[in-house]
Amino acid sequence: MTAATLTAVTAQPAPLLSSYRFELLKLLSQWRVRVVLLACWIAPAGFIAVVSRQSALPVDTVFGRLMNSTGWAGALVVLAFACSWALPLLTALVAGDVFAVEDRLGTWRHLLVAVRSPRRIFVSKALSSGSVILLLVVGLAVSGVVGGVASVGNRPLAGLDGYAFSGPQVAGRFLLAWLSVLAPTLAFAAVGLLGSVALGRSPMGLAMPAVLALALALVQMLPLPVVVRLALPSQGFVAWRGLFTEHAQTGPLVAGVVAALAWAGVATAASYHLFLRRDFTDQANDGSGRRVMLAGFLPLAALTALSVLVIALVTPATGSGIEQPKLERALATAYGHLYRLQTEQLHRPPVTEAQLQTTASCDKGGSLVADVGPGTDWRCVVTWHLPGTTAVGSAIYQLDVAADGRYVADGDGPQDVNGFFQVRAPHGDAPNPLWQFDGTVDLFSPPRKD
Amino acid sequence: MDHVDFDVMEGQVHGLIGPNGAGKSTLLGLLLGLAVADGGSLEILRARVGRRAVPDGVAGFVDGPGLYPSLTPRQNLAALALLRGQGSGNVDQALEEVGLGDVADDRVRGFSLGMRQRLGLAAAILTRPRLLVLDEPANGLDPAGSRHVHRVIAQLARAGTAVVLSSHRIDDLAALCSEVTILAAGRVVFTGPVEQLAAESGELDYAIRSSDPATARRIAAQTAGIRLPAVGDPYHREDADLVVVRGPGQALDELVVRLVGGGVAIRELRPVVAPLEAAFLALTSDEPSTHNPATQDGETAR
Repeated sequence: MTAATLTAVTAQPAPLLSSYRFELLKLLSQWRVRVVLLACWIAPAGFIAVVSRQSALPVDTVFGRLMNSTGWAGALVVLAFACSWALPLLTALVAGDVFAVEDRLGTWRHLLVAVRSPRRIFVSKALSSGSVILLLVVGLAVSGVVGGVASVGNRPLAGLDGYAFSGPQVAGRFLLAWLSVLAPTLAFAAVGLLGSVALGRSPMGLAMPAVLALALALVQMLPLPVVVRLALPSQGFVAWRGLFTEHAQTGPLVAGVVAALAWAGVATAASYHLFLRRDFTDQANDGSGRRVMLAGFLPLAALTALSVLVIALVTPATGSGIEQPKLERALATAYGHLYRLQTEQLHRPPVTEAQLQTTASCDKGGSLVADVGPGTDWRCVVTWHLPGTTAVGSAIYQLDVAADGRYVADGDGPQDVNGFFQVRAPHGDAPNPLWQFDGTVDLFSPPRKD
Repeated sequence: MDHVDFDVMEGQVHGLIGPNGAGKSTLLGLLLGLAVADGGSLEILRARVGRRAVPDGVAGFVDGPGLYPSLTPRQNLAALALLRGQGSGNVDQALEEVGLGDVADDRVRGFSLGMRQRLGLAAAILTRPRLLVLDEPANGLDPAGSRHVHRVIAQLARAGTAVVLSSHRIDDLAALCSEVTILAAGRVVFTGPVEQLAAESGELDYAIRSSDPATARRIAAQTAGIRLPAVGDPYHREDADLVVVRGPGQALDELVVRLVGGGVAIRELRPVVAPLEAAFLALTSDEPSTHNPATQDGETAR
């Protein structure tokens, strides 16, 4: 028989669904994935049940100071913790190992013979790791809600502008927040895939999402221009807070989600590119830092630069995003909402925000310092019209404003308004909502004076 | 690889042997669609194979069986069957064939190397391939396990499966293979029947254990065509009751006659190195020259 009479064989690759199910089976059979899965579905509920009964609450975390007031606060603290550490670590554990595990076990050849399509192997692995990560995320969210509502109750939540969200309202925003967080989670998962493909058995591949999260967390603490901040994939991990104001701060959220999805796309494409060009006959593949740099880091750096450019051109975001007028507006709004809350606690005649006509005047660090940017040296005076009188009340706040727009307002008096942590209500002492509270400045909105 | 060309018939176990770096794993990788040739064409089961596309009917493993320790043998094989678009009906049968039916639901993590090898073999035969490619299937097996694997391979061959078996264990190849191909530096230096290869070995070293070693040594030294390894030769022996001699088979026959005639009782006579191994060493130790008996006979080798 001569070669001319032969026909080229087109071997049928394994069905994608079968390959996906196999990858899922492999992932879920790993004891550490099972342990983490169990932890994600149980630990948040336990954490909320225990911490919400403590007198010392995690006030450094947004909504932490409200954990014994409503179950939703606990669920949101879990979300905040997840965004800080848990989600990057979970993506590292799952996506960061999904390719490397085949290097460690020496099973690439077996898998290629069985599946007969590197493309389908890549897609199956990406989809299966995404599925497991989704399962972990859903566990965190459900466990947080169940634990919070069961431990503390389905009570209204004071948002980051003081607005009192009812149970159904906060449930909807909570769902949106977790959905928005999926975008940066996908971005970190894609970086995990990239590390796993590019670095093989090297532990650096496994650690890439966690290292990136740490680096971005440090960057987020710097007083960066807001256009840079919004272009980072970790922006989505903090931008969900903007959903918990009466009028949701959607600008930073949308920018963060789009940037994160772009990162996910580019990192996945880079991983795919590297994977299809890999030499599977090299059993000692330990990856290459140069390959990561060329195929991974450079495209992502270029994407970030492009994102910065686009955000700068098409959005009103400028400077640090934290300017005096925006801070004053945010503080006055929050004070108005929370004053109403305090009025209800004290069983005083109801008032509306419109009747209060609250305004704030803020200064940063005295006359020698420009009134822009984050810092702990913001000092504000809030004034409002006392209901039923012509008198005007005033209260002082020290503000600690973070670079990501979150601020903590600490009441400085008068004592019966915002100077003490409790108020004397008819049925007993109650937490004073005006004493210390969390707020957020919309980094996206233009700095206009009211 | 350079002009590698050999035939494996249905029902034949074909041995593949060569020194480290000869290209055995590369060749097996090509057969399994794991590697892509820089040039030329690859034909398996009368069909040309494209890039990374091993045809249906080919199975096997190279560089050890690919197994997932967190799964059970049954899960490993069921997943493989699923990927090949088959039901899991053959899984239990394959496990029974390699003697792992009793541990089908234990985690592979706790398996010995030999059990993993057998499970790898079960994975390879699961799809009842027409061409089975095996790389060191008896690696790590004890004698009983090795015999079990031999039995399974022989059964497959009897059922019509063509088997390409790569091994460094000459005894495995001698026991199982009817034909062998020897590779050296990416080229075929021999391909043909095992018997013919053994005949290629030329002079062999033989160990003779006798009732009178001193007399035996003296008679051997006086026998035409027989040489005693010199001091410094790796096979030079000073043992009191063992004489190692070197020579062609005819000279050895003459030595045996003279020893018996001289009143020396022969208790043991054996080659120091198996003929197959000797031929392998002879063909791969020097600059290789292609030796293809089929080609020499004027037939078309493919």
